Amino acid sequence: MDRTPNNRAWFLVLPMLALVLFSAVIPLMTVVNYSVQDTFGDNEFFWAGLAWFEETIASERMREALWRNVLFSAIILAIQIPLGIFVALNMPKRGFWASFCLVLMALPLLIPFNVVGTIWQIFGRVDIGLLGHALDVLGVDYNYVSDPLDAWITIVAMDVWHWTSLVALLCYAGLQSIPQAYYQAARIDQAGRWAVFRHIELPKLKGVLLIAVLLRFMDSFMIYTEPFVVTGGGPGNATTFLSIDLVKMATGQFDLGPAAAFSLMYFLVILLVSWVFYTVMTNLDREEEPR
Amino acid sequence: MTDAAAPARALPAARAAARAERFPWGRVAVMTLYLLFLLVPIYWLVTMSLKTNREITSTFTLFPRDLTFDNYRTILTDPSWYMGYVNSILYVTMNVAISLAVALPAAYAFSRYRFMGDKHLFFWLLSNRMAPPAVFALPFFQLYSSVGLFDTHIAVALAHTLFNVPLAVWILEGFMRGVPKEIDETAYVDGYGFPRFFVTIFMPLIASGIGVAAFFTFMFSWVELLLSRTLTSVNAKPIAATMTRTVSASGMDWGVLAAAGVLTIIPGALVIWFVRNYIAKGFALGRV
Repeated sequence: MDRTPNNRAWFLVLPMLALVLFSAVIPLMTVVNYSVQDTFGDNEFFWAGLAWFEETIASERMREALWRNVLFSAIILAIQIPLGIFVALNMPKRGFWASFCLVLMALPLLIPFNVVGTIWQIFGRVDIGLLGHALDVLGVDYNYVSDPLDAWITIVAMDVWHWTSLVALLCYAGLQSIPQAYYQAARIDQAGRWAVFRHIELPKLKGVLLIAVLLRFMDSFMIYTEPFVVTGGGPGNATTFLSIDLVKMATGQFDLGPAAAFSLMYFLVILLVSWVFYTVMTNLDREEEPR
Repeated sequence: MTDAAAPARALPAARAAARAERFPWGRVAVMTLYLLFLLVPIYWLVTMSLKTNREITSTFTLFPRDLTFDNYRTILTDPSWYMGYVNSILYVTMNVAISLAVALPAAYAFSRYRFMGDKHLFFWLLSNRMAPPAVFALPFFQLYSSVGLFDTHIAVALAHTLFNVPLAVWILEGFMRGVPKEIDETAYVDGYGFPRFFVTIFMPLIASGIGVAAFFTFMFSWVELLLSRTLTSVNAKPIAATMTRTVSASGMDWGVLAAAGVLTIIPGALVIWFVRNYIAKGFALGRV
């Protein structure tokens, strides 16, 4: 749609701007403030320059948490995107069963994050959980509390359970927009199932898939509550992701300086990805415009 | 000759396709497996909430042997439990009201006008939605403590606007773009002022959009734990935080924990039917 140039529109944006300034900019400035200062307590601060940033970049602990988080996001994307597409392709197209599947699939998405953690904490326990107990009966040595690999498997399974439906729902919405004529043309050409997917469905899904990849990357990159409830970052530091480490540092040990420097760099990465996300979305909007 | 053979070969294939369309076994199998995978953990939570603690820890049963509602009774009669729900609902409702009130005019501005810095502003909003709550936990704690709002519902409601206002603006903007601009222009020609036009004509037109935005702001405020836990101690403690406390303190009260979990799933499960066709749109920030 053609938008009229009118700078008075700023007045409509003002209330929102005031609110977001209060709830986002002031806290962020506090973080910036801490990141360049040091303290010996008693609210006495002195200038520390970029020392905290240098320390954070050099710190082994940060780097480990970062790699762990990158690995986690990579695994999550590698499982959830193909699985989500596969599920979307198998969903009923319309009618009661389509709604039925939509509603059940959306259910995990609407469960509070810590309850997701609680569900899997209970589900995986060897003594009282269905999964843990079943594996135990089958003779699999499984214990997510003491074994790092089992903890990882549990958390990945939990995230797949929690978020795959989001990818599937987005792809389903994308598939719905493909006109029937395309499929009829494919049938006339005697295209196989794979050819239909590769040359008709996948190109049409490009847009939603980009959104799905970016959303899943961002959210898995800042995951906190679910693994915190299930493993608390353990065993050892095996599942301590960036957010868990950051909260531990800031509110547990009150290392304000390093925590703030860490926050800012974390935020910078997120900002970069957001920018990619934004560019992708606005480009998609532009492609849709001349219809 | 090969040309003549082609339709003959195509015929059985078409018949097979028609048969597959009549009852798609493969699809049904895939969907059944996937839905089972989603529902079994939830089923386990529900059965557990209907068992006694003795049954949970001593024996292993797929169905509750002595069906009991005691766990739910504990929660619904103990103020330290049910006030958690009241607190959560209070701040979530406030958050929805605040988010929508500021997002509606802003989304209208973004969908109708081009103004200085609009693109940068829109991007900056998005970056707030994507900001890790962990980064904001400590500064929020200090900010709200210093203005005397710590442990109040309004503090959590304001904190959650961090990600909910951008979400609401993006969703509403998506819906508003679908309304033709001629409607605005006709109304202005007819002598409507902006406030009257917006409330009496425009808002009914995007009612479904407002409903979807309200649902998603409600949901994201309801599922968030990190900020709401950091900003409260007693008076405004959300149900989610009450649950984490119980895990660490009395450790073994699995039945009550499960019942509390089930009760937090219910609000979402109840309204999900109404927004089923907009779920993808909401999660994708109004796009798709």
